[in-house]
Amino acid sequence: MQRIALDPMRHALAVPIARAAGTLSRRLGRGGGTALPGKVVLRLSPRAVEHLGAGLRGGTVCVSATNGKTTTCRLLAAALTCDGSALVANPAGANLMSGVAAALMAGRRGRPRPDRALFEVDEAALPEVVRQLRPHALVLMNLFRDQLDRYGELETVAAAWRRMVDDLPPQTTLVLNADDPAVADLGRRRSSVVYFGVDDPTVATREVSHASDSTRCLVCAQPLEYARVTLGHMGAWRCPSCGDARPAPTVRATRVSIDSTRGQSIEWATPRGTASATLTLPGVHNAYNATAALAAALTLGVAPAAAATAMGRAGAAFGRGERIRVHGRDLVMLLAKNPAGANTTVRTLLGDRDPLHLLVALNDRTADGQDVSWIWDVDYEPLLDHIDVLTVTGDRAHDMALRFVYAGLPRERVRVVENPSRALDAALAGVPDDRPLYVLPTYTAMLSLRAELVRRGVAREFWRDA
Amino acid sequence: MSTVRLCHLYPAEMSIYADRGNIAVLRRRLEWRGMTLEVTGAGLGEPIDDTFDVYYLGGGQDRDQEVVAADLGPTKADALRSATDDGAVFLAVCGGYQLAGHGYTGVDGSRMPGIGLLDVDTVASTGPRLIGDVIIDAELDGVHRRLVGFENHAGRTSLGDVRPLGRVVHGHGNDGASGGEGATRDHIIGTYLHGPLLPKNPALADAVLGWALGHAGHDAALEPLDDALETRAHAVAASRAGVRR
Repeated sequence: MQRIALDPMRHALAVPIARAAGTLSRRLGRGGGTALPGKVVLRLSPRAVEHLGAGLRGGTVCVSATNGKTTTCRLLAAALTCDGSALVANPAGANLMSGVAAALMAGRRGRPRPDRALFEVDEAALPEVVRQLRPHALVLMNLFRDQLDRYGELETVAAAWRRMVDDLPPQTTLVLNADDPAVADLGRRRSSVVYFGVDDPTVATREVSHASDSTRCLVCAQPLEYARVTLGHMGAWRCPSCGDARPAPTVRATRVSIDSTRGQSIEWATPRGTASATLTLPGVHNAYNATAALAAALTLGVAPAAAATAMGRAGAAFGRGERIRVHGRDLVMLLAKNPAGANTTVRTLLGDRDPLHLLVALNDRTADGQDVSWIWDVDYEPLLDHIDVLTVTGDRAHDMALRFVYAGLPRERVRVVENPSRALDAALAGVPDDRPLYVLPTYTAMLSLRAELVRRGVAREFWRDA
Repeated sequence: MSTVRLCHLYPAEMSIYADRGNIAVLRRRLEWRGMTLEVTGAGLGEPIDDTFDVYYLGGGQDRDQEVVAADLGPTKADALRSATDDGAVFLAVCGGYQLAGHGYTGVDGSRMPGIGLLDVDTVASTGPRLIGDVIIDAELDGVHRRLVGFENHAGRTSLGDVRPLGRVVHGHGNDGASGGEGATRDHIIGTYLHGPLLPKNPALADAVLGWALGHAGHDAALEPLDDALETRAHAVAASRAGVRR
């Protein structure tokens, strides 16, 4: 009894203290203060998100996946705000409980808070965030092997998601990727599910990549068969043993035409008619992100054509296919932080037919995962014949150099520059005027390279741009 | 041309900790010396023979490791015993190390059988997983070698009548308490070190290749390679281990 009485009071005191901490952090120049007020409020009031989220009557959406959270939320935010309405969100990627709490506390004094919210949520933090927020829609896109030192094995995350889904209130709509067997399986026994998928056979690859984990049937543990593979272990899957198969998606990308590394045009079929958009985001992975965003927008009542038009106007999220003009050349930042994500980046780069100038940046900090083994599970080999100049940088630049040398690139063609700023200059110096520099950084390497570009006055701080 | 024949055990199930990096290192370090590596995969239900020069068993997810544990005994254990008695190399990393021992007892008391090629036994701990950078001082062929790697395991491995691969300088090792890491006898190496193990430990890679070539009937000394990048990566990994924690 005492706890119930104390909780709202604690919470009422915690919010202004935490807000003050965020303001102080920004004034001191410690970044955008995107997560700090959240950390403070959670310390003072552990169920803050439940309290803060209670007033969101227009709908709450949580988006989670190993890859594509930030981009999908950016596209979905564009769709949800195309009627001019506002949204509470965490677009700068602060996606733990603290980031959600901070976003819910943000806003200008005197203005009413928007009553609709959209959060990207870290896959390990998701079950507790969902328990507190009880979202109207939960968008789950993919599960890949990622940072084994931090998340544990894929099965651990999948099992936690399964328990989370079993405890969801019936009114929560699940928006699930039909093409990922482990994600699609979560819709079993649920009544309110919207499946999405990519149905264009022209974007299929030959086989399931080495970095895939979900290649066995979740019902009977036999190996799955694929009529086609679109990405990693995603595609038109079926278990030949027990007959379990990819559910028929109701929101489908029926045509995906990718324009080199610049972007793509997509056509969709949905229960509410067809739609199409041209996105400035390259790669099949972004076809999935856009299709997930469209399915979620429909679930929240946005018409498909309006959602698609709005998504077409949204640019890339920071570091995720972002194009930055620097010293007269285009720099394309393609975050690559785990095997599946890096594989899609490699595939995207192969869409550019000309010799490639690459800067690969490998860090091993907490947010990157301290274990850099994962680079050996990436299929970099298809790039070898297309690389003009390769520069590697970051905390573990030499590990990355070894990865390419043992892939078969001659040692003299791998340039190691440990300092990221100097590496950037060295890499840019050799790029012809009409060619881009492709940068493949891990998460903290991306942040530090972006910070360097901000210092040089060619990019904006990510929390302002987001 | 000299060829080393390697049998990759369960490449589909036991290959989540960058295990193919170890095989890539063996392949290239032979090729750079004008020799070749021939790799044969052996999956579930597929019997193997005892004629390979190197057998490799990596790490997998828990569920896959259970399936593999049940398969190893019936289809592969006899050949592995016979081959290693004959001087073949057996490199077992992470989950593979546990299965090379007597077995693995889970938190719930369930028992996953191993093949007992190394006199070690592993028990899952309810305590924290042992995760982080590792430095060990090992001795192979009478030569002292400092090895670096990354460990990530819930199991605590205790050693019977077998010596550890090395003494822990930094990190947890077999059980976080004994100060030993891995286990080795003859040409069998079991270890929790990945990262992967061989790219940043070129001396160990060459020791393994020396054994393998000997088994294949080629006893010529390995000519040295330009290991500047490898040596630098080794030093960086060691310094990261020192910095953290």
